[in-house]
Amino acid sequence: MADPATLKEIGTELRPAPPGHEHGSLTAWIQDLIFTVDHKKLGFLYLGAGWMFFVLGGILALGIRTQIAVPNNHFMDAEAFNQAFTMHGTTMIFFFAMLMVFGLANYIVPLQIGARDMAFPRLNAFSFWATFFGGIFLFLSYIFGPGLYGMGAAPDASWFALAPLTSRAFSPGNNIDFWSLGLLVSGVGSITGGVNVMVTIFCYRTRGMTLYRMPLFTWLVLVTMFLVVMFMPPLSAAQIMLVLERFFGAKFFEAQAGGSPVLWQHFFWIFGHPEVYILVLPAFGVISEVVPVFSRKPIFGYPMMVAATVMIGFISAGVWAHHMFTIGMDSFSVTFFAFATFVIAIPTGIKIFNWLGTMFGGKIRFEIPMLFAIAFLFQFLIAGLTGIMLGCAPFDWQLNDSYFVIAHFHYVIVGGIVFGVFSGFYYWYPKATGRMLNKRLGLWNFWIFTIGFHLTFDPQHFLGILGMPRRIYTYQEGRGWEFFNMISTIGAFVQAVGAILFIVNMIYSARKGQVAGDDPWDAWTLEWMTSSPPPEYNFEQLPEVRSRRPLWDLKHPEDPDWKFE
Amino acid sequence: MSTDLLATAETEWRLPSPRKVGLTLVILTESSLFTIFVVAYLFYLGKSLNGPYPWEVLEFPWLGSFFLFSSSGTVVVAEHRLKKGDKAGFELWWLITALLGLGFLIYTGAEWQHLIYHDGLTLSTNLFGSTFYSLVGLHASHVVVGLLLLTLILVASVTGNIQPRHHEHIEMISWYWHFVDGIWAVVVTVVYIIGMQH
Repeated sequence: MADPATLKEIGTELRPAPPGHEHGSLTAWIQDLIFTVDHKKLGFLYLGAGWMFFVLGGILALGIRTQIAVPNNHFMDAEAFNQAFTMHGTTMIFFFAMLMVFGLANYIVPLQIGARDMAFPRLNAFSFWATFFGGIFLFLSYIFGPGLYGMGAAPDASWFALAPLTSRAFSPGNNIDFWSLGLLVSGVGSITGGVNVMVTIFCYRTRGMTLYRMPLFTWLVLVTMFLVVMFMPPLSAAQIMLVLERFFGAKFFEAQAGGSPVLWQHFFWIFGHPEVYILVLPAFGVISEVVPVFSRKPIFGYPMMVAATVMIGFISAGVWAHHMFTIGMDSFSVTFFAFATFVIAIPTGIKIFNWLGTMFGGKIRFEIPMLFAIAFLFQFLIAGLTGIMLGCAPFDWQLNDSYFVIAHFHYVIVGGIVFGVFSGFYYWYPKATGRMLNKRLGLWNFWIFTIGFHLTFDPQHFLGILGMPRRIYTYQEGRGWEFFNMISTIGAFVQAVGAILFIVNMIYSARKGQVAGDDPWDAWTLEWMTSSPPPEYNFEQLPEVRSRRPLWDLKHPEDPDWKFE
Repeated sequence: MSTDLLATAETEWRLPSPRKVGLTLVILTESSLFTIFVVAYLFYLGKSLNGPYPWEVLEFPWLGSFFLFSSSGTVVVAEHRLKKGDKAGFELWWLITALLGLGFLIYTGAEWQHLIYHDGLTLSTNLFGSTFYSLVGLHASHVVVGLLLLTLILVASVTGNIQPRHHEHIEMISWYWHFVDGIWAVVVTVVYIIGMQH
């Protein structure tokens, strides 16, 4: 076979590069990013855009925490505060976490299943740009959005935009429309992306990789994308109704016309609860890759892991109204949704025990990805336990819309998902760039971020029990909230330092990091077979997959896995 | 490739067609979208505070349903013609399908015109108007997309760009068209058969 490098030279000497395409120029680089349909570059774009939105959402979070650090603060007024928490929530869910999900899926899944690219590369580019411009559109509201108090108003009806607050009467101007239209566009991007990833997994697996031999990350992404395909449309449908209502006078959620604002909540949470699993399942996937590799043992209970994932996917469709215990549902519905919420703890518990079972008796290597994975296990456990507390309806009647809820879901999203994302970045960065992330900076990143995380969100549990409601822009002295709020704000800034260290580490190591080689972690899945970074065509040749750890089989022909599976 | 020492290529390895899996997923996601509009329509049945009410103004769409349901049959005939290599037959039946789809749209347009100008039912009249026009309109927009696809294929076929070997591509469009028909069956049941009693 001819060397690919010579082939390329033969081709280019006859066709001189068009202007702007000369190798190495800035315009060529930008053009390449804009026109690319390569799953790895689109993965980079997703992840890069995701971190950009993370910084924006993080700045908003620091603003929120600064305002409520002390009682009667005047850092921002109520109007700015409403916009800040709305934009913070919307950004972090739809434009940070979702982009991380799609970025990791885009980059890793084709490599793990031994495919050359995604099933529909151009659709892939469409998905990214739709999502990206949806986010840009949302943020342009800070400049162009006319709201209740004039121009420059961002959406301010909270990330779930409750009716009837979003009706024309209560939200004049257009800031709510920036929310619904921006998310509608990015939702289309997510749905097409979900279809694309699922088709890739079903139709482009390399020879011998049956569904039952797929790496767990790919399995979890498959279930995630199924949830995207099934449960993004309800949000889009509700947003179409909102747009019809606000622009064309349709009546959907308006009580004066006989409509029901509660219906909006149902539609939103039918999407909203599976969305939590859309975000957390890929993080589970990362942990399921990292824990075995750094414990030097195959994953414990692979069939149960797959079964539990599928179970989570199905049950997550039937728990949405546990966000709505306080709207006055009948007792049958309350019991049903409380029960379904408890049931979903079972497959999640199975996963936690399987990860522990994998670590048990293993030769654990405390590299940075493993540290984040271990922290994930502790924090996600606590997040799950507070989730069960809130799933218990009478408890929820007391604490719904309090800081206890804030603490619970930030434990899920930061303590679970962000830690999973960090773990994944430290694990796959060498594959994507060819260089290791700096370990010393990584340790600082890990410890500072973890300490900051606990300083921020542990006190918020107490704030909730002490009765502090969410979304208040200030409070009076003497309610016993001052101390915990101050600690929480300090923690937020500590977290920010940790996150900045991570971004510094990514930039620094891209140039100065230690050269990684193809397989720095001695791992077992196919992405570690190709060079780092992988060539455009991903693989020159692939083995026939005969077990769940194809690379182990290659490295240990005397003791291959397929003899035992 | 003889250099491929690693792949032993002994076992049979078959994967599903990306087109079929992709279109199945599109149909799933679209069904999910329609479900929400159907739920909204059913939830608000009989809750409009002012008229016109469904039983006053709706008429069962015999003609529209006939056009759309029969087009599902003609598209299958067209697809089989292409598989057998009969391109002229394919184009004829494909054209009939497109005309039936167009007939459905014209029928819906006339129905809407009557509702708006005679009965005074618009999107903003009441809950029934909002849920009716959004659900039927969403379906009609899918018929429009289907019609565009049908026309595109017809033009491509007349200009010689569709050959019998493309029958899987054609089959995918017929799947989509069947889906639009299936949704119409749901819409007819929900909007007309159930709705007209309220």
